[in-house]
Amino acid sequence: MSLAKPAMRGLLGKRLRFHLPIAFALSLVAAAAFKYGVTEPRKQAYADFYKQYDATKEFNNMRDAGVFESVRPTGE
Amino acid sequence: MLHLTAGRVGGLFSRRAVVGLTNSGARMSSHHEVSDQVDMSQPMYWDRLDTPLPDRAWIDVLDSKDKSLKQKEKGPWTALSKEEKIALYRLKFNHTYPEMKKPSHEWKTVIGGMFIFFGITGLVVFWQGHYVYPPQPHTFGEEWQAKQIQRMLDMRVNPIEGFSAKWDYKNKQWK
Repeated sequence: MSLAKPAMRGLLGKRLRFHLPIAFALSLVAAAAFKYGVTEPRKQAYADFYKQYDATKEFNNMRDAGVFESVRPTGE
Repeated sequence: MLHLTAGRVGGLFSRRAVVGLTNSGARMSSHHEVSDQVDMSQPMYWDRLDTPLPDRAWIDVLDSKDKSLKQKEKGPWTALSKEEKIALYRLKFNHTYPEMKKPSHEWKTVIGGMFIFFGITGLVVFWQGHYVYPPQPHTFGEEWQAKQIQRMLDMRVNPIEGFSAKWDYKNKQWK
């Protein structure tokens, strides 16, 4: 019985040459997915919110609901 | 405890001998000792996947047939027949790798035992919920929770992406 001699050297190098490019690619994909799936929509949501935001109106609504301690609702 | 009594009885110089005697006495009198104790000071045999070559062969007391085979092993191995090579392997090792890796039915016992203990734990937790827990705080009640949600909306909690963002303030309903 004569089997082929198994690979004795270069095992780590072979593994790294195979796995490192995949690791880098997957990391880049994960980062891109997070950027375009989470951060960009979030930035857009904030931009849209503040485009139509009237601070004084919101303040008066909150005041009338009675959540402040420094000012009472209008007409008290 | 036994050592102390032995030391007192045996005196200073014969303590080691008396301790030895007391130990064997204990072994003879008690019913809880393991019957065959492995001598850990001698080379051991093992069948392990991760450590392939144990310190000693599987069979080291050889009869005359095995002894003659071992003599033949000292010559050129091309002179050995297939059966002789297998016999030499079986002298050196107990199980082959496939025999070591043979799957067993142990997993059923493990999973079954797991589920039994989950069940017992479930019963314990249920009993505990009924007999041990104090009454819930008043803040858990339906009315209080409704008032709490209204107050959170009034305060505009997380109005951009979170809680209040999901409330339609014009139509006074959830989006």
